[in-house]
Order: sequence, then structure tokens, then C-alpha cells
Amino acid sequence: MRETGASAFFTQKFMLEQFSILIGGNAGDGIDSAGLVLARILTQFGFHIYVYRDYPSLIRGGHTFSIIRVSRKKIAAHSNRIDFLLALQQDCIDLHKDKIWEQTGIIYNSDLIKNDSLPLQCKLIPVPLENIIKEEKAMPVIRNACMIGAFCKALGISKNVIEYVFKKSKIPDIEMNILIASLGFESAGVFKDLRIENVPLKRLPLLSGNEIIALGLVKAGLQTYISYPMTPSSGILHFLAKNSDELGCLVIHPENEIAVILMALGCSYAGNKAAVGTSGGGFCLMTEGLSLSGMAEIPLVIVVGQRPGPSTGLPTYSSQTELNFVLNAGQGEFPRFVVAPGDAEEAYFWSGMSLAIAWKYQIPAIILSDKTLAEGVFSFDNDSISNFPEITPVVEDSYKEYKRYENTESGVSPLAFISRSKAVIKVNSYEHDEYGITTEDPSVTMVMQHKRLRKEKLILHELEDFEPVGVYGNRDADTALICWGSNKGVCCEVGEALGIKIIQPRVLAPFPVQELLKACSGVTQCICVENNALGQLACLCRCSGIRIDDTVLRYDGRPFSIEELTGEIQRIIVKKE
Amino acid sequence: MNLATHTHNTWCPGCGNFSILNAFKSVITSLIQNEEIPLENFVLVSGIGCHAKIVDYIALNSFYSLHGRAVPVATGITCAAPNTRVICFSGDGDAYGEGLEHLIFAAKRNVNITVIIHNNRVYGLTTGQYTPTSPFGFKGRSTPHGSCEKPLNPLELMLASGGTFLARGTSHGIDQLKNLFREAILHKGFSLVDVLQVCVTYCNLYEYYAPRIYELQNHDSSCFSKASAKIKEWDYNSDAPIALGVFYKEVKPVFGDLCGNRVSSKEQVNARIQDILEQAT
Repeated sequence: MRETGASAFFTQKFMLEQFSILIGGNAGDGIDSAGLVLARILTQFGFHIYVYRDYPSLIRGGHTFSIIRVSRKKIAAHSNRIDFLLALQQDCIDLHKDKIWEQTGIIYNSDLIKNDSLPLQCKLIPVPLENIIKEEKAMPVIRNACMIGAFCKALGISKNVIEYVFKKSKIPDIEMNILIASLGFESAGVFKDLRIENVPLKRLPLLSGNEIIALGLVKAGLQTYISYPMTPSSGILHFLAKNSDELGCLVIHPENEIAVILMALGCSYAGNKAAVGTSGGGFCLMTEGLSLSGMAEIPLVIVVGQRPGPSTGLPTYSSQTELNFVLNAGQGEFPRFVVAPGDAEEAYFWSGMSLAIAWKYQIPAIILSDKTLAEGVFSFDNDSISNFPEITPVVEDSYKEYKRYENTESGVSPLAFISRSKAVIKVNSYEHDEYGITTEDPSVTMVMQHKRLRKEKLILHELEDFEPVGVYGNRDADTALICWGSNKGVCCEVGEALGIKIIQPRVLAPFPVQELLKACSGVTQCICVENNALGQLACLCRCSGIRIDDTVLRYDGRPFSIEELTGEIQRIIVKKE
Repeated sequence: MNLATHTHNTWCPGCGNFSILNAFKSVITSLIQNEEIPLENFVLVSGIGCHAKIVDYIALNSFYSLHGRAVPVATGITCAAPNTRVICFSGDGDAYGEGLEHLIFAAKRNVNITVIIHNNRVYGLTTGQYTPTSPFGFKGRSTPHGSCEKPLNPLELMLASGGTFLARGTSHGIDQLKNLFREAILHKGFSLVDVLQVCVTYCNLYEYYAPRIYELQNHDSSCFSKASAKIKEWDYNSDAPIALGVFYKEVKPVFGDLCGNRVSSKEQVNARIQDILEQAT
């Protein structure tokens, strides 16, 4: 893979086609914002971008870094081979030695980084960040701007682009940032023979997975978002709160996750499309509300951003450990919709779909994201997404003798909403009759249980039109990777390079067994790739009669890089041969 | 006006809940008939317990929720539909135990809901355990040697939390209950009526209450310190006169109003999404 990457680096002599930048420093240094500014500068040249953000669970101190991967092709995974290292602190040199190679260009803070620690085989550009900041009496956090200026100079990016991006970024103290960036620009040298071509391609917006999930929900008609802060889903709360007025979305941050889900169910009952967001720990508190949504048939969307557990685990890192949990959470048996989007476009489309499905079938819908998807930043191609389907709930107009739980053939009862209807609308957490009045009658219990459960078949049927399973790569290959959620990006890139097939169930409940069997037909070696220790999707597949031959599992809180996954898959394929 | 439903009432004969049901129905009927609040604007929310069956017995909009969770459901409803009049029925185990955090926060936010507590000071439906308001030494099935906890004074807690209408009644004073319910329902903000409701099966305190209760006279319910003093007169434990009536009443901005109304057309939302995408490019 190293070779593949290297040749891409030099496809056109000296013209950068695909590369990775690592910027690192202490938490509190503004590394995250600096990474985003860099990404936006490169967006201006028509590149596709993916930003991996790595930070510890603290506010100040500790090493934090972002990897900005830049390509002419669509990407959604990071590389561990760094082409440009922007080092603000000594840690950046000491901690990332394994990611540099002989062609890595290093721009470093020459006031803080010891000369004898620098890898001499690399191309080095010193910048006296501390001195520049001191002379202008600028806040220390603005040294990022200085580094950005130096990077642009080194790659021949003009000052105008820096200025344009800073002005658009709405960060505080824009003028000082531009001044310091310009001083960094002046003080830096250039990487000989390397430059960036301005390709007349569409410039794509850069958004985090959380922001895209929020926009997908709003596009589909979200009216209220309720959440208690928890990494990695808090980004949705912050984004919607900031844009609440313009997006027509009420945002509430209650006392805890129990209140979150119950308030949301109150909103839904009143006909207001509501969603909630959390991570595994918060979802634990929500499970009684989830089951209530199932019993009372009150639509609800729940975003669960996964992070490593058990318990508090690694709060700011990534995992795929909640698949079993969300599939089985809540007492009793009731249908639910679970979707795991794999990238930006899927996050947008399937978040909208979740809201539509929840309302049409009056069930809970869960959007399973993870830290990699939620906090990763993607070039988002809105135009590549097919239009949102018109999936609308059945609404009751006549209110004489209204039965909230009318036992229809489909199992879906027409909805009516308080304050918009004169019907008496009774919902109930107990088993209930068609009017919503509590019952313990065995025959009514059977009728209502069947009514709820038969909705699941309809959902499966509805999904047939929306590709609940994605298939990519070499469709004729007899080896396939099966993955879910954020592993789509890395699996597609690795699988395509190795000439194999990639299969991605996007919907996990109701589980699209027929589509998966079809995707797996002709495959003789199925390798399941997951970020958990037990192979939760592999287990689900096996239970459904889908053969899984090998698993590649990573559960140290970090997503697979292109290089790591390539190595793992090659080892398995060679062993087999 | 007939607000009855087709289901059978399963409360024990003599249960204090009947007084609450009858007083409430009578108040609702008059509010509807006097065209003060239209029928369809009422929404009842209950927790779980003997009290909660009340929503099955009244033909009005209702959300029969979970144990301790009536208040957050009610908060959601009133935020989504501010023109509704949301009334929560909750028990002492339900509201003061399982769901206490929600009650404190609803008072703190001054959410525009009415909470009626069926405070019988015992778990009825789970057959006789101590609750947060059971007296010290209460012998229940989980505390056979007597509870070693002093009860909460819920009204004191609600006053400290920011509740803007706080009252107490008993299930043996139906006319007073009607007045309290009516006033609580018409109050804009968080109103709570703690009803000392007698559980004839597990905690029959009728004989205890009868000589001790008295109606508040010439009490200035707009004065926080006077309200506080009257609320502290009886701590739900020691032997003291038990005041009934409205302890405290204050007008403050309500949560729903502060949240604002955010109705946007589909076109406005789509245009804003386009703006956000352009900004992020």
C-alpha cells in the first residue's frame, strides 16, 4: 500500500494528487480549528477531504492532532503515512515518527522543537512561531495561523486563499489571524518542486458527520431536538442549538437522558417531529423510553454515537460496540428501525429516512453513528444524493369514535394529533385496547402484539427500493469484505485497491437478509471488518445464515487506517492461498 | 357532560382517589362549559401506580406514561403544543421518588403544567412499601422493622426549586379540592397540588389527619417567607397542625414562552440548509 500511495503522490510530476497532513499540538492550542482551516484552504482547489480528529478527554494539556487527508477522489478514511507534518510542539515529532517517510515535509516551530530530534532525511522548514507571536503581542492560540501561513507558502498557495478562508470562517480576531498567517508565510521556505494544481472541480462543503446527520433530520422535517451532552454526539446538539431559529428547530437540553427521551415522546405525541442524541451510556438511561415508544407506537428518532466501553470507557475515541445493544435494548418485543450510515452522503440520506420511517410506521428509529463518523469531517456532495422519498404517515381526519390503536390490516393505525384534532387521543404504556385504554385481556393482548409486530414486514418491503445493502468494488470477486458504519470508507478504498468485493449492510433492523444473501452469492471468502472485540455483525450474519469466514477486529479506540487494514486483509488472503 | 370511558374502575372501595377523580371531573366540566378551556385542549399525563388509572377513567386526551416520568412527558407536550393545558397525575412514590429530578427541574424551569400528587404516603399498587413521604418508623413490606428515614417535605422542596403555585388539599375535602384544582389549572406556570389522599388498604391516615387539618386564613400567598413558614409548620412527620390551601403563588415567565416559537416553512428551511452548505465550502 505504501507503494500505491507513493505513486499517487507523484502521479503527475510534482503535482500533488493525494496526500495527508498531520497537525498536532497541546489540547487547548486550537489544533482542531487549525485542521479545519487547512481543510478549507485545500477545498478551494477542488480536493475531496477527510479529517480524522484525535484528542484526549481533557480541556487543556495532552497531545491532540488532526490528520487532513486530501485527494482527487472521494475518500472517507485516514492514512497513517503522513506527507506533511506541521509540528507546533515537541510531542508532534516524538509521537508521530512511525507515520513519516523519506519524502515527508516537516514544518516545525523552531522556537520549541529541538534540532537534534528532527528526522534529517525529511524536508524541513523551520518557522519561529513563538517569536512572531511575541512580536505582534498576539494570543498564543494564533500560532496556528502562523503555521497555516507557512504551509501555504511551502506549497505555493497564495495569500489570497488564506485570507478568503479566514474571512469566511467566522473565527474570532480574523484580522490578527490574517496578519500572523501572512508573517508565517513570509518567514517560511518552500518545498522545492511541489505544488497544488487548481482543478476546475466543484468545491464541496466540509461538514462533520454530526452536522450532516442534523441537516438530514431537519431536511426531513425535524421540529425538535432534545439531548444531554455526551461525546461523540454533542456536535448535533451544538449545531442545532446555534441554528435553531433559522432551521425552525426547537432545541432543549434537559436534566438527564431519561428526561430527554420522555420529553421527546411528549413532543411526538403532540405531532411534533422530535429526535434525541446520545452515546452508549446515555442510551442505557433511555431504554425504558425506547420500550415505551415501541408499546405506545410513538415515533421517535434516536442518534447513538458509539465510543469504546464498557462504562465510561474511552470517551473521545471510536468503536462499533453498540450494535447488539441497540438491536436488543428495551424490555418486551417490538419492531424498530436501525441504520448505520457509512459516510457523509449516507448520513444525510438515512437520517432523513429514519425520521420518515419512524413516523410512517410509528416506531423508534435508531441512527447508529460512531466517533469516526460523528466527528470526522467530510467533503459533502449533496448533489449525489437522490431525493428524499415521500414517506408520509397516515393521518386521521374524522374524529368520531377515533381509535388511536385501530387494528388495521397493515398494523399501522391512522394518527391524529392533540390540539389539531377534536378526537380524544389516548396513548398508553400498558397493554391497551384500540382506544388506548389499559387491558389485561389475553385475546386483546394477542391482537395488539400481532398488530405491532406485523409492521416489520412492511418496513422490509418498503426498504427494497432504497438499497439497504451497499455493494462496491469488484462485484465478480470471490473474496468480500463485510463492514458496517464508518468502516465503509476504509473498506471500500482497501477492497478496491485489492480487487475484491465490499458489502455493507446499511440497515441493521429489520435485518435485510435477502439482500445480503444476494450480495454474498458467488463469494467463497467473506471477511467481516469491525471495530469491536466480539464481531457483532459477524454474529448477526451467522445467525441469519450468512457465512462469515474470517473477522478483522480492532478495538483499541482507533479506526483502521488504509495501511493497517490493507496489511490485515492481505495476511488473510495469503494464508488462504 | 359525560367524561366517562368504557372501562371499569378498579380502585378499592373508599379509596381517596375517587375524591380526586370527582373533583377533577367537576372542575374540567365547568371549565369546558364556561368556555374557559375547550375540551380538546386538555391533556392528561400519568405515571404508574394506583393514581395513574385515573387517565383510563376520563374521556380526555391522555398519555399513560412510565413510573416517575409523567413530568418530562408533560414538559414535551407543552413545549410542542403551547395552547394545550397539560395536567399530570402522579403519586408520591412516582413523583417524589422515582422521578424526583424531573419535578425539581420542572419547578426550576416554571414549565406551564399542573401536577396533582396523589400523596397517600405508601406504595399501593406494589402492595404496601414505604415512600419518600412515609413517616419515620413506617412499617411497610420492605421495612418490616420500621423505616429509618425521615420523610421529605415536598412542598418545601418545590418552593426552593422555583415552583410558582404550591397548594395542599385532602381527599376528604372535595369542595376545597375543586377550588385548588381550578386555581392550579388556570395558573400560568408550574403548579403543584399535594393531595393528602387516604389509602384505605395500606395507610389509612384519615383519623390522623382529621383533627389536625385546618384551612389557611388571611395567608399572604404572594410572600415567599410567609409561604415558607407555613409550609414548614408540618414536616410530614412530627405532630403539628396541617395547613390546607394555597401556600404560594407567583407569576413568572414560563419555559415554553422562553423557548419561543420556531415555525419555519419548508422553503425557509431548505434555503437555510443551502446557506449552511455554502458557508462550509
